[in-house]
Amino acid sequence: MNAQKPFIDIRHAKKSFGTLEVLKDINLQVDRGQIVAIIGPSGSGKSTLLRAINDLDPLSGGEIWLEDKQINMDLPHRQYERHINEVRQEIGMVFQHFNLFPHLKVRENVTLAPKMLKGLSDAEANALAEEQLTKVGMIERIDYYPSQLSGGQKQRVAIARALAMKPKVMLFDEATSALDPELVEEVNLVMKQLAEEHMTMIIVTHEMGFAESVCDRVLFMDQGVVVEEGPPEVIFRNPKSERTQNFLRKHLAGNQA
Amino acid sequence: MGLDFSVIPKYLDIVLLGALWTIAITLGAAIVSFFGGILLAVIALYAHPVVRWPFRAFSFLFLGTPLLLQLFLIYFGLVQIGIDVPAFVAGVIGLGLHFAVYNSELFQTSILAVDKGQIEAARTLGLSRMQALRKVVVPQAVRDVIPPIGNNMIALLKDSALVSVIGVSELTLSAQRAIGSTYRPFEFYVLVAAIYYIINLGMEAVLRRVERRIQASK
Repeated sequence: MNAQKPFIDIRHAKKSFGTLEVLKDINLQVDRGQIVAIIGPSGSGKSTLLRAINDLDPLSGGEIWLEDKQINMDLPHRQYERHINEVRQEIGMVFQHFNLFPHLKVRENVTLAPKMLKGLSDAEANALAEEQLTKVGMIERIDYYPSQLSGGQKQRVAIARALAMKPKVMLFDEATSALDPELVEEVNLVMKQLAEEHMTMIIVTHEMGFAESVCDRVLFMDQGVVVEEGPPEVIFRNPKSERTQNFLRKHLAGNQA
Repeated sequence: MGLDFSVIPKYLDIVLLGALWTIAITLGAAIVSFFGGILLAVIALYAHPVVRWPFRAFSFLFLGTPLLLQLFLIYFGLVQIGIDVPAFVAGVIGLGLHFAVYNSELFQTSILAVDKGQIEAARTLGLSRMQALRKVVVPQAVRDVIPPIGNNMIALLKDSALVSVIGVSELTLSAQRAIGSTYRPFEFYVLVAAIYYIINLGMEAVLRRVERRIQASK
């Protein structure tokens, strides 16, 4: 028995939409600083699992813990809202379609939440935005609107926006899937940099090369279950399950086509 | 009896003062209808049914009855239950609420049209639903709905003539007073029509500027 509690602990996660079971008893433990990739065909439940972690798609059953706090606690509505808003401040999320706020400049995209939720002054928030945007290489575009940026630039701003809340963990939901191929690398570089800083990350991705080079662990999900998990060299080079083998073979064939 | 426009200069100051009242009442009602419209839209879409249903009933009441009657009710009716509203205020409230209901329909559509990812992004940062609506969704919804809201505001300006019936000395009533002493209805009604038209042109110019600025930030 491991005496130390995992940083993120997902226990018996279940989720159904009507009669369709999208998550069937998923268990996942992530240690602090660990980087976990979730791969699998579309409809496998990987995004749903990721979105359950910050309760965008609430589970139908099971528990999710972040350190010593249960995320999906059973509370009366009002209290639950307060609880989940606090929890979400500690969990950064990056979306496939960036979801930057188009009516706000890059700077304001980053400063909005810290100003509203952490009571930062304008000066403090600006310094924070400059720091985070420098980190993702977007400081020159601080006074641009999102519509004036490329997809890769938008995603880097979205990462800076999430980082500005100083989250304990970052969730990436197919962060590079919507990007033109030549723009993927700049986002991957930012994610690698975060990995080097030992940010805890859970990454839903279709990019096997990136998952292999950056992640400590890989989960292969299919039809709502974790079929296989292990270190990337095992999952990608030597998968035990036939379903994993088939998926990887198809995926590689698809990428070469 | 032919037309004689030479009577106009003598009454021009009364008519122009009326025009100022018309502008004031339009502006006041526009502000009420704009923010009231947003509020009603948010309530219609997100409030608890206990709150939502009374407001929906209220909206139907305002949509389903004549504005003229609503003005009578606010100005003459409320006095009976001890609420004495000055005519100008009654006009601003009546017109404002009436058009707030129309604006609310537009705001509801445009709020729903804002991408769902926007509210998700705001919520994942830790914003509450209300905070996300206020800072992320509503500003975008408002931006998208300015042109049709502008059309409503032009209708509001024209309907502001109705407040003459509760005795606000706005443009139409001033014209009637001038006509009362000169017996020159054609001359004064033409003059007043021209003034409404000019105010309208001004409003359209302002709207076009606002739209251009919004386009620039898109």
